[in-house]
Amino acid sequence: MTAAVVEHQRAGIRALAGRIGLLGGLSIALVVSLVFAAGHGQLDVPPSEVLGSVLHKLGLDLGPVPHHPQGENTLWQVRFPRVVMAALAGACLATAGALMQGVFGNPLAEPGVVGVSAGAAVAAATVIVFELTFAGTWTVAICAFIGGLLTTLLVYAMSRDGGRTEVVTLVLTGIAVNAVASAGLAFLMFLGDTQAREEIVFWQLGSLNGSRWEYVGVVAPMAAVGLGAALFLAPRLDLLALGDRAARHVGVDVERLRMTTIVVVAVLTAAAVAFCGIISFVGLVVPHLIRMVAGPGHRLLVPASALGGAVLLVLADLWARTLIAYADLPIGMLTALVGGPFFFWLIRRARRTAGGWA
Amino acid sequence: MSRTGPLLSARGVGVRYDDNPILSDVDVDIRGGELVVLVGPNGAGKSTLLGVLAGDIEPTVGGVSLDDKPLPAYAARELARQRGVQLQKQGLAFGFRVREVVQMGRSPWHRTAREDDDERVVSESMQRADVVEFAARLYPTLSGGEQARTSFARLLAQETPVLMLDEPTAALDIRHQESLLAVARSAAQAGAAVVVVLHDLSLAAAYADRIVMLAHGRVCANGVPRDVLTSELLTEVYEHPVEVIDHAGALLVVPVRTRAVESHAGEEVRCATPWPHA
Repeated sequence: MTAAVVEHQRAGIRALAGRIGLLGGLSIALVVSLVFAAGHGQLDVPPSEVLGSVLHKLGLDLGPVPHHPQGENTLWQVRFPRVVMAALAGACLATAGALMQGVFGNPLAEPGVVGVSAGAAVAAATVIVFELTFAGTWTVAICAFIGGLLTTLLVYAMSRDGGRTEVVTLVLTGIAVNAVASAGLAFLMFLGDTQAREEIVFWQLGSLNGSRWEYVGVVAPMAAVGLGAALFLAPRLDLLALGDRAARHVGVDVERLRMTTIVVVAVLTAAAVAFCGIISFVGLVVPHLIRMVAGPGHRLLVPASALGGAVLLVLADLWARTLIAYADLPIGMLTALVGGPFFFWLIRRARRTAGGWA
Repeated sequence: MSRTGPLLSARGVGVRYDDNPILSDVDVDIRGGELVVLVGPNGAGKSTLLGVLAGDIEPTVGGVSLDDKPLPAYAARELARQRGVQLQKQGLAFGFRVREVVQMGRSPWHRTAREDDDERVVSESMQRADVVEFAARLYPTLSGGEQARTSFARLLAQETPVLMLDEPTAALDIRHQESLLAVARSAAQAGAAVVVVLHDLSLAAAYADRIVMLAHGRVCANGVPRDVLTSELLTEVYEHPVEVIDHAGALLVVPVRTRAVESHAGEEVRCATPWPHA
């Protein structure tokens, strides 16, 4: 008995060490990739100068400043807002994916696949076409949030049955929602002028090009609220895995938890989509990889997904803008290029293993 | 603790789905310290009654009170500290390990003084439900019986004064059927109110303090096993001839198998006269 307790305490310590190790490792990876990505591009700035520039801005006279006359400007006007935006969007998308999978009890749920991103996109395109400015810079974000929320509620209402969501139902619901949303987008493009059309096309492809501090100022608070709420909800999401009835039996107010989580998913998706457009599959790939490493417990899954998503998108964006010289590939295209086959592999695997699929 | 009235009491409970009566006029009391078994043929309303008692199903008429307080007045977490439920089917959406699933049973006690007991209670529950040997395995890879035992361990870990089990023995082998019901019995002896839905009437006879028999959504008998499990009543309720045998003090409920007798007779003939085409 005592031996078992000691053994279990050891296991607990190991789990804690693993937790700190994973989150610490991902944090270090994030910092390194941020510095590295900020320094790379048409004008290369060595990492030491990137760090030096940041430290000087913070009032610390440490390290070298960029030697190139345009270095400082490039970093602060173009690169930093862009890499910070990439990190925020990646964290939001991956966290939204993890939450959604928990709520649907289904590892295939993801804002992009399900069509929530598309719903948010339609709302944002409406803002672009009709040149709505009722809330200044925030207009797009607010509308994207409302569009995302409505779509999530719709998908949720349509695809749930008896407390669980079947894989097939979910994917088909996603197809239906995406179809309607792309019809809406097409109509809006038809309505809009050439400039609005171009903006919408860029948006659909997803791009971090043109990120500005002004936009970061909108996305950052939304991301902070969404990620904070996600961390708060995480422990209870584990219990939803038991199914609705059993979750209620262990004291979860299932309906309330689910509605709260859906609102949080909409906030996170809107934050990511508002200025960066549709970047799909991040919310699918990242939580899945984390689950393979760290297991399905949401206490670790949610923060690790946030960090992992940030790292992934910072690096993917670096790739998108440096792969071809003087060209900025749409990042949504790249994530879909990698995410699509991954999704397919997941479906194949789901068919083989009886790993708790609905 | 020293209460005399029933812990769980259903009064005039009726449930209708689309005008089909599933349960009508059900009055049931369950006291602390007793193990009550619900029996009855398929579709008699056993699982529905358990759902009503657990607070999952809102009865169309009537109501259930737990500890003299109506079920709808309980918050989810408060109710989870009073009653635990093991469902007939246990799914799990993600690949959690068995130990993690058992720990989920402790969640109603998080941020209370009883949280300090988590480690001990989880270990003990796993021993009592005999799941220690596969504690580190992934729940979705377990067999049906092992999943049922894991759910039972989770139920025990919840440490509630009311335990409800819906056909907990359906997927279990003989040894674990006996050990599960023995543990449920000892929980009742320690003061818990235990409600179990069972199909195996001999098991019900062996472990029940009281048997509530349902037929067509109504209670048709309610009493000690010897009074309820009679050949006449069972034959009528199950619409099949049933024999009740008293074997060394234990009641054995056996269906009368006419077909089995026929084939047995055929075998005898075959042995007496060699098969012509052989």
